[in-house]
Amino acid sequence: MTTVIYMDNNATTRVDPLVVQEMLPVLETWYGNPSSMHGFGGQVEKYIQQAREKVAGLIQAQPREIIFTSGGTESDNAAILSALKSQPEKRHIVTTRVEHPAVLNLVKGLEESGYSVTRLGVDRQGCLDLEEVRRAVRRDTAIVSVMAANNETGVLFPLKEIAAITREKGALLHADAVQIMGKLPFSVQDIPVDFLSLSGHKLHGPKGIGALYVRKGVRFRPMVIGGHQEKGRRGGTENIPGIVGLGKACELAALHLDEENTRVRALRDRLEKGLLASIAHTRLNGDKDNRLPNTTSIAFEFVEGEAILLLMNEFGICASSGSACTSGSLEPSHVLRAMGVPFTYAHGSIRFSLSRYTTEDEVDTVLRETPGIIEKLRILSPFKEDASVCAPRVNA
Amino acid sequence: MWDYTDKVKEHFLHPKNAGAIENADAVGEVGSLACGDALKLYLKVDENERIVEASFETFGCASAIASSSALTELIKGKTLEEAKTLSNKDIADFLGGLPRQKMHCSVMGREALDAAINNYRGIETPKQELEGDVLCHCFGVTEEKIRQAIMENDLTTVEDITSYTKAGGGCGECLDDIAELLEKVRAEMKQNGPAEEKKRASLSNVQRMQRVMKVLEDEIRPSLKQDGGDIKLVDIEGKKVLVALRGACVNCPASSATLKGFVETKLRELVEPDILVEEVRS
Repeated sequence: MTTVIYMDNNATTRVDPLVVQEMLPVLETWYGNPSSMHGFGGQVEKYIQQAREKVAGLIQAQPREIIFTSGGTESDNAAILSALKSQPEKRHIVTTRVEHPAVLNLVKGLEESGYSVTRLGVDRQGCLDLEEVRRAVRRDTAIVSVMAANNETGVLFPLKEIAAITREKGALLHADAVQIMGKLPFSVQDIPVDFLSLSGHKLHGPKGIGALYVRKGVRFRPMVIGGHQEKGRRGGTENIPGIVGLGKACELAALHLDEENTRVRALRDRLEKGLLASIAHTRLNGDKDNRLPNTTSIAFEFVEGEAILLLMNEFGICASSGSACTSGSLEPSHVLRAMGVPFTYAHGSIRFSLSRYTTEDEVDTVLRETPGIIEKLRILSPFKEDASVCAPRVNA
Repeated sequence: MWDYTDKVKEHFLHPKNAGAIENADAVGEVGSLACGDALKLYLKVDENERIVEASFETFGCASAIASSSALTELIKGKTLEEAKTLSNKDIADFLGGLPRQKMHCSVMGREALDAAINNYRGIETPKQELEGDVLCHCFGVTEEKIRQAIMENDLTTVEDITSYTKAGGGCGECLDDIAELLEKVRAEMKQNGPAEEKKRASLSNVQRMQRVMKVLEDEIRPSLKQDGGDIKLVDIEGKKVLVALRGACVNCPASSATLKGFVETKLRELVEPDILVEEVRS
C-alpha cells in the first residue's frame, strides 16, 4: 500500500509518540504490582496517581472521581448498571436511538430482562428535541444515557440542558463522552453529569484503557468484581502502562484543544466544501453548525459506501462508511436511518474524521482523487438516468 | 475489512463488460437503491440464441460489482439454454469464492440472468410475487427464492439464508418463518434421495470443470502415458467432455475403447455418473 492518509480518527487514533515515551518505563523497569507490600511494587502507585490527576484535569473533575476501566464500552456498561443497582426501585432507562452499540445493546438486553426503555429519536439534522427529553424522564427513571457527540456525524447533544432536566426530576445522567474528548472542551463543573465515559484510543492514547467519571456523592456499585483496586470500584490488577498512557494522552489532548478548533477545523471545512462543490448529488449528513470540529459525513448519491472505501484504499485513503455492506449487516447505519437520511444517500455515506496529524497535503489528495472515484462508480451504476450526475457541479 | 480474493479485487477494480448496450436484445433488472444493491444486465443474442455480448450496470459493494463482471464473462458465447444452467455458485467459484455474508451478490447475478432470459422470451418477470409469498418484507424476498437458495447451495442455517438472500437481515421479524421453511425444505431434500446423489447432481459448471481436470491429471494421463499416449481436455459443454487424444493413442485401434471404457468410466466414477466423453480431432 502507498502512504496512509488516515481520516478515520473517530474509529481510532495514532498513539502520540510522547504517550509511548511515557509508557516505556512502566513496561521496562517499573513492572511491579501496586498492591504488593514491597517498595518496588509500591512505587508504581505514584504513576497511577499522576495519571488520575491528568485524566481528571481534562474534564475538571477531582482525581478520586476517576475510575480506570478497559475502555469506553466498559465505562458505558458500568455506569448504566451501577445506576440500576443503586436504585432498585427505579426500572426505567432513557437513551437515544443513535447511541454507540455499547449502550444500545446493553439497554436492549436490560429491556428483555424487564426494564422499560425510552429511546429518543433525532431530527433530520441528527439533533435531539429537549422537550421530548423532558417528557421522557419519569419519576421511576433510573438513568438517562446520552452521548456528548455522535461518532458518525459529530453532532453534539445539549447535555447541559439535559442535566438541568435530570436534576430537576431526580434521575442520574450518563454522558458517553468518548468522541468529544480532546476535540472540544468538556467540564463536569459546567455540565453536571453524574457519569462520564472516555476512552484512551480515541484521543491518541493506547487501546484497552478508558475511564469512568463518577460524580462525588453518586452511589456506585461495581460491575467488575474482584480485588480492592480502584477503591473497590473496579477489580483487577491495574493496567499500569495503559493508565500512564491515558494520563499522558489526556494531558496532551488539553494542550491540543486549540489546534483542533482552528487548524483541524479549517482542514475539515476545506475538505467538506471541496467535496460538496466538486461532486454533484452529494450532501452533508448532520447539523453543520453544531458538531465536532474534526468530523464530516458526506453522502454520495447513486453509489455504495463499501465500493467507495475500497477505491479510496487504492490511494491509501482511510475513511469509514455508514453503508450496510461494510459492517456485514444488511441495513445502513442506525444513526443515518434514525435521522431519516434517504436510502439513496445512506448507502453512499462516507465519514471523514481528521486529527492533529492531518496535513494540508492529505486533504489535497482526497480532494483530488475522490471525484474520479465517485465518477467511476456512477458510470457503473444503473441509477443515473437523469443526465448529468457525473458532471461536476462547478469547477473546484 | 472483507477478505476478498484477488480475483474479486481484480473484477472490482477493473470490471469487464461494464456499461449499457445500446439496442440490447434482452435486459434483466434486479434489486433497488433501497436494498443497497441493484444490477441491470444487458444481452445481445444472435439468431441461434447465442449470447454474443453481455454487459452490466451495478449499484453496490465491491463483491456486487465483481459478481456482475464475473457473470458477464461466464455467459458470453453461451446459448441461452446453456446460460440458464449457471448457478450462483458458478459465479462465486469463478471469483475464487466470496465471503459468506456476501453470497447474496452472486445470487443477484443469477437472478438478473433469469430476468434477462425471461425478457428475451417475452415473459414478464413478476417484480414481486403475490404478497402472500413474500416472506421477508424488508427486502421483498419470496419463499420461492429462499427455497431455491437452500437447495442450490445446500444451506443449513437461518444465518446462511440471510447471507445468501438477505431475508431476515432487516427487522428480523421473519426469522421464525425462515427457520420453519428451512426445516420444511431440508426434510423435502432428505426425502428426495440420499444426500450423496443430491450433492453430485448439484455440481456447478466450474466445479465440474475443476474435477474433470483433476481426474484427467491424476488418474488418466499417467496411465495413458505408460503406453506412450496422452490426452488433452478441449472443452466441457454441460456434461459432455470433449477431449483430443495425443501421442500413441492417435492411431491406436483401441482408442475408442480407451475413451469409453477407461476415460469415461473413470470420470463417471469420480466426477458425475452421467458424464459423456467425446473425441474431437484438433
